[in-house]
Amino acid sequence: MQTDGSRPLLRVDGLSKRFPVSPVWYRRSNSFVHAVDGVSFEVARGESFGLVGESGCGKTTTGKLLVRLMDPTCGRIVFDDGDEGPVDVSTLKGKPLKRFRRKAQMIFQDPYESMNPRRTVFDTIVEPLKVQRMGSHLDRLDRVLRMLGLVGLTPARTFLFRYPHELSGGQRQRVAIARAMVIEPSFVVADEPISMLDVSVRAGVMRLMEDLAARLEIGYLYITHDLAAARHTCSRIAVMYLGKIVEIGETETVLQSPKHPYTQALLSAVPVPDPTVTRPPVRIRGGVSPSLDPPARCRFYDRCPIADDFCRDNEHPPLQDKSSGQMASCYRV
Amino acid sequence: MDVQRAPRSVDHSLWRTRLGLAADRLRENWAAFVRARVGVIGLAVIIFYALLAAAHPVLMSTVWDESIYDPVVGYSFDETRQPAPPSLRHPLGTDPLGRDILSQLMFSARSEFMLGLLAAVVTVCIGTMVGAAAAYFGGIVDTILMRLADIMIMMPGISVLIVLSALIGVEHLELGLIIGVLSGFGGTGVVLKSQALSVVVKPYIQAARVAGGGPLHIILVHVVPNLLPLSFLYMMFTVTSAIFSEAVLSFLGLLDIRMSWGLMIHTTESAGYLTQVTEAWWLIFPASLSITLLCSSFYLVGRSLDEVVNPRLRRA
Repeated sequence: MQTDGSRPLLRVDGLSKRFPVSPVWYRRSNSFVHAVDGVSFEVARGESFGLVGESGCGKTTTGKLLVRLMDPTCGRIVFDDGDEGPVDVSTLKGKPLKRFRRKAQMIFQDPYESMNPRRTVFDTIVEPLKVQRMGSHLDRLDRVLRMLGLVGLTPARTFLFRYPHELSGGQRQRVAIARAMVIEPSFVVADEPISMLDVSVRAGVMRLMEDLAARLEIGYLYITHDLAAARHTCSRIAVMYLGKIVEIGETETVLQSPKHPYTQALLSAVPVPDPTVTRPPVRIRGGVSPSLDPPARCRFYDRCPIADDFCRDNEHPPLQDKSSGQMASCYRV
Repeated sequence: MDVQRAPRSVDHSLWRTRLGLAADRLRENWAAFVRARVGVIGLAVIIFYALLAAAHPVLMSTVWDESIYDPVVGYSFDETRQPAPPSLRHPLGTDPLGRDILSQLMFSARSEFMLGLLAAVVTVCIGTMVGAAAAYFGGIVDTILMRLADIMIMMPGISVLIVLSALIGVEHLELGLIIGVLSGFGGTGVVLKSQALSVVVKPYIQAARVAGGGPLHIILVHVVPNLLPLSFLYMMFTVTSAIFSEAVLSFLGLLDIRMSWGLMIHTTESAGYLTQVTEAWWLIFPASLSITLLCSSFYLVGRSLDEVVNPRLRRA
């Protein structure tokens, strides 16, 4: 769902991250963990793009690559929010990288660990403004107060000088969101922002994020393993398996009529709150295969219920359009 | 300490609120420190010696005659026999060279403090930066710093100091720097690195990087403050080891200094009184007791601080 069909906010092209498995730093490794392997997708301005998959499939690594918490092994990340020309994030360094950091922020999963316990709420939220040298001292105070109001921590003044241990989990996550939003980024990676929260405050935090996205025109990369949350928030999703995107498309179409056998299995594992419904049996076998030097065949081959010799003898299948914009990487569907 | 306190609002100005917060934190920590008890005893002894050290120049310029009471070149003409036992004029007696023991004791206290604090500050500055840098950068920086630490730990401290004092004239200043460098790049640096390793993997470090903070910003703003409690603790232990090393070296007569507690024992020993404790107890006890007391009280303060900064050790 691109807003104007022209240039997307973010275009990821063949992004890969391999971790060398080597006991010592001076010896080159021949063995690699393929955490993210040739991932490509686009995020439009103001769009929420979901990245779902089980743990260890490379979702978080992808998110960290996009905000350059890690350096990609190869691939391009073209970022273009309309202010300045498109930049290739994957090779940024020094000053341009610091400028990019004004545009792209991240919200972390664990609100208990994502705030320095020795710094007050004010210190935490003002940090991006301070390191980016934006505004005078009073301007910053003003923006922090406004941000606290926006994330619903009111009256803002009573929260300014509290320490993290004086806040609840939901309040902390609101502070973390405020920190990410205070420099008004155009792209935010949200890494399972609600998974550590109490169910009772999840909806509130989710609504807050949507609200801010609409108000500040933020594009989200929403990383989650919770299909219900993804359905609620994201207009398009990509399903990841072992470092590869196996299916990508409009959220509703992907979830209503999944094409890839992995997506089908994932959906059949979602509990249905109705005791009379008999769920279709999960048809996949075994566990996730190791991502250490995977063999050159379909990544899902070991577990796939419909795989045949062709899947074993050929490379991992490319993403193909299966029905009006819904892409899946499978030879058999 | 998870004491619930009333939320502070920004009624005045920012820095007043911050001062208030710092005061709150200090109060909580002080309460935990007092609960640990031994630290209070240690602190009392330290304050006692600090007062002694501060009183010396005052006494010298008012009641004490310089030619008699000078700790190094004074001579007590009134006594017929040196060393003289304690009397009203010389509360702790005189040494074999006719100098007032109390004056020597008080004079030395000041340099012991200066030596201890210098060594401690140097240790902590080096140790904190080494630990934070090794943990944050990892890789080759870590390897170099930690192999250097291995070398420092490997060196037998006192023997190295003996060699160094034979090669160059070592005074209090040099001694403090040497001890500080040895322990800062050595043991203290390693301990602080292990603590820093648990800090650098926290998501708030990543959040700071995403915000655009460089290595210096992250180390100074996020890593070092979380190391400070532990480095403060090691500061106390360094004071102890610095004072003790100084006493050993002065006793061996290897330091190029005018007066110290170790030197007082050295004087006693070279005059042949060290084994005659019953006859000339005032020659040995004041100095050796002071060394023991001051060293152990810094250690006790360190133990109490350990309970303050390490919640697992705290009593409920």
